[in-house]
Amino acid sequence: MRARNYIVGAAFALLAGGMAHSALAQDIKIGEINSYSLLPAFTEPYRKGWQLAVEEINAAGGINGKKLVVISKDDGGKPADAQTAANELVSSEGVAMLTGTFLSNIGLAVSDFANQKKVFFLAAEPLTDAVTWSKGNKYTFRLRPSNYMQAAMLVEAAAKLPAKRWATIAPNYEYGQSAVAVFKKLMSEKRPDIQWVDEQWPPQGKIDAGPVVQAVAAANPEAILNVTFGADLVKLVREGNTRGLFKGREVVSFLTGEPEYLDPLKDETPEGWIVTGYPWYSIKTPEHDAFLKAYQAKYNDYPRLGSIVGYQTIKAAAAILAKAGSTDPEKLITAAEGLSMPSPFGEITFRKIDHQSTLGAFVGKTALKDGKGVMVDSSYKKGSDYLPSDAEVEKLRPKD
Amino acid sequence: MAFYVVQFLTGLASAASLFLVASGLSIIFGVTRIVNFAHGAFYMIGAYIAFTLTERLSGAFGFWGSIVLAAIAVALIGVLVEMVLLRRIYHAPELFQLLATFGLTLMVEDLVVLIWGPDDLVGRRAPGFRGAIDFFGQNIPSYDLFLIVLSPVVLGILWLLFQRTRWGVLVRAATQDRDMVAALGVNQKWLFTSVFAVGVFLAALGGALQIPRDAVHHAMDLRIIVEVFVVVVIGGLGSIVGAFVAAVLVSELNAFGILIFPKISIILVFLVMAVVLIVRPWGLFGKPEAPARKTPGLTVNPWRPLTSNERLMALAALVVAATLPLFAGNYALTVGSEIAIFVIFAVSLHFLMSVGGLASFGHAAYFGLGAYGVAFLAKMAGLPMIVCLLLGPLLGCMGAAVFGFFAVQLSGVYFAMLTLAFAQIVWSIAFQWVSVTGGDNGILGVWPERWAASPSHFYWLALGVAALVTVALRAMVFSPFGYALRATRDSLLRTEAIGINAKRIQWTAFVIAGTTAGIGGALFAYLKGSVFPDNLGISLSVDALVMVLLGGVETVSGAVIGAIVYKALNIWLVSQTDLSKLVLGGFIVLIVVVFPKGIVGMLEMLAQRRRKASPPGSPLLAKPIESAE
Repeated sequence: MRARNYIVGAAFALLAGGMAHSALAQDIKIGEINSYSLLPAFTEPYRKGWQLAVEEINAAGGINGKKLVVISKDDGGKPADAQTAANELVSSEGVAMLTGTFLSNIGLAVSDFANQKKVFFLAAEPLTDAVTWSKGNKYTFRLRPSNYMQAAMLVEAAAKLPAKRWATIAPNYEYGQSAVAVFKKLMSEKRPDIQWVDEQWPPQGKIDAGPVVQAVAAANPEAILNVTFGADLVKLVREGNTRGLFKGREVVSFLTGEPEYLDPLKDETPEGWIVTGYPWYSIKTPEHDAFLKAYQAKYNDYPRLGSIVGYQTIKAAAAILAKAGSTDPEKLITAAEGLSMPSPFGEITFRKIDHQSTLGAFVGKTALKDGKGVMVDSSYKKGSDYLPSDAEVEKLRPKD
Repeated sequence: MAFYVVQFLTGLASAASLFLVASGLSIIFGVTRIVNFAHGAFYMIGAYIAFTLTERLSGAFGFWGSIVLAAIAVALIGVLVEMVLLRRIYHAPELFQLLATFGLTLMVEDLVVLIWGPDDLVGRRAPGFRGAIDFFGQNIPSYDLFLIVLSPVVLGILWLLFQRTRWGVLVRAATQDRDMVAALGVNQKWLFTSVFAVGVFLAALGGALQIPRDAVHHAMDLRIIVEVFVVVVIGGLGSIVGAFVAAVLVSELNAFGILIFPKISIILVFLVMAVVLIVRPWGLFGKPEAPARKTPGLTVNPWRPLTSNERLMALAALVVAATLPLFAGNYALTVGSEIAIFVIFAVSLHFLMSVGGLASFGHAAYFGLGAYGVAFLAKMAGLPMIVCLLLGPLLGCMGAAVFGFFAVQLSGVYFAMLTLAFAQIVWSIAFQWVSVTGGDNGILGVWPERWAASPSHFYWLALGVAALVTVALRAMVFSPFGYALRATRDSLLRTEAIGINAKRIQWTAFVIAGTTAGIGGALFAYLKGSVFPDNLGISLSVDALVMVLLGGVETVSGAVIGAIVYKALNIWLVSQTDLSKLVLGGFIVLIVVVFPKGIVGMLEMLAQRRRKASPPGSPLLAKPIESAE
């Protein structure tokens, strides 16, 4: 029997290896990986964002006269599959660099792959601090503000609240754990008088919201930190509203102001939460206006935060490629370190010290307007203002 | 005090939604013996259709009418699935229906995104049940109270249906002994279809009733399916009361558990299941399964070792595979290595499942333990690669020795579910013990040493190990140990009657399979350069099951083909299309219908027909084989 087995295996392997060489040799290719099938709510707008960027770049003459091509792969939410995709992009598509990823563990897996195979990797979305610090490496850069930066932005507002008794609700995985840890640390530094009275760790995607809400209420906190998002957030908010958990309590919440997570709440949006997010309807800067107009013209839809991330990832990749004038990874690193560029949120810089971009986020409060959730009183927080000192960063990051 | 009462009621409300879905699954399994993996998918479609209907139809009647309409609509879809797909494969090997329903689930996950879009949908609140009721200063949502009342009502209706109607008597009879029911002249086809419809109706109702509490999204099915299986097994298969008690038990333990250990939710149901199954091997309310009335020697082609010609062919195929690096690129070689590793994994499960008759739902545990073993040795002890590869699988071996000891005390689906519980416990340790395992961020930087680093060298390594493992396990199948193991599979009673220590034989087989899976895991760690809790996860265990079933569970080498086809197709589809789940699911469903014995099983049957058609070989032997089908 085995005879047939191996022949079939060889045939499939050949088939897989010989696929898709559609792009022309003189094009510049970028390999893009994301969890398209697992997280469509985020990745669909993200895809639209980067497709817009590719169109704009090529309409403006490409990269130093060469056409930009993005080859996109799905990782299905699994680190091992992301590595298979990365390998295909690098070995058989011959891409100049890798970009993308959403989940932290996938970001780390691809970053480790990039380090091993000496490939330039621009992480778009993964938030874990490890990407640029404890597990940072020479080949990996990151666009989005990290967990630490978002926590620092929220702490600035949270520390002004009179509340002394705090409880936390966070999904039980690395993102939730490190968001709570950083928030607690920074908060306790600023406000030594704070007590942490309860913590809840529902499994990601499987919150049993009723008992969780009840347990938090029983600890009688004055303020609550929330890190859940997506479907878990919906359940938490619904149970919390019905059971009166949020009444008379301050809530500080990661990411809740992003349209991806705020819009589904509709008329059940809780008011007055302090959140990070993206109020696309109230940003009045020329950079953002230009982006918004182009996006709405192309898709007849409003942008989500994912659109910004996708758009800026490819814009940043193009800027790095243009400056390097080469696809050699070492030259790309030299070009990227300290490179400044425009973005819909204003100018950003990729720091030389830890390869983190200074893209920031908006902090504001949630409110209800015409039966929909919005962010009000929002202001843009520059990433560069919420990073620790260089001396601390050097201690956090292994030497290359 | 009021708080504890309210927490108890909240737990009951959570139990209600779990019970509705679980009762449906329990009924379906009890009668048809289908491990209905698509039950979660029906639950999800119920929620989606109810969302659409409640948005369209207004008013109180509109809302409640929509919920019921949605459940009926999904039940009709269920009837269609049963008649078109499942009816064809009731006589396929056990668990083959799992493959069909798994394929359906994959398809549904992509379809709902295509139809309803990628965003999370939040439906209306139930008219009349929007607010909360004050209970000594604590708020209880009135919808929770509704659910708390609803689930005993549903339990009561089901009880009446089963105790007081002729249909119910037939269903109970079929649950106990379906061959006898068939022999008495009951039309099994329609009995099965109606049972399936009722089960799917309950699942869809459970999903539709989530609209006022939950968000509707494309991952709802996976969120509930495993938990529901666990509830059914804790309660005892086929027992509705058992499902109810188990749902309450699990939900209450969770509601109060999080007050003391806030991180308990992630593992609680599996801990409860492991404890219950060790103490009561058939669940709380289940009864021992009657010994199956099968005569395996007649339904299966007798296994035989390869003839010397076939051996030469296999060797030639191996040589051809070994020449791949001469003409294929790095990517093809890496994919080749991955496929070789999954051949090892599938073959190891096949040994347990086909030879030993023990279908494990948690085989990834030993694969992952092998991978973690390598990662610990390489990163913490800094041992050289060859030593890591030799010692790493020992972690899988130890895990299999401990868990296998308990698991082989059970059989059938209870065995499968206990292995799943153990796998989830191992997974949650890897996930939670951040200081040692790195949690879900895993252990990075486990790359091969220079001698094995190039894709071609690694490919030869993986191919060589895969060939060795396959040959070794095959040799074992035809050794005295293999015969003893097959004897325990075919008839436990007769085996023990002739003085074979069946449990010890099965335990040994479990350890062998676990260690072999560990070898695959060890290679996988080096292939990927990193280890994540995913490597121990449910989806990997399911992948292994699918590979074995796809190849053909009643064959000696089906797993090899199954692994190659499934893995290659999976990698290729994910790379080529955004709808990989839809296409892969469709392919699996097609295979199930066209090759109800698996790919290799079907080829063997064709070969046999041809042999029979040409010169008369031994008609006496061939005849009973055919008639027994």
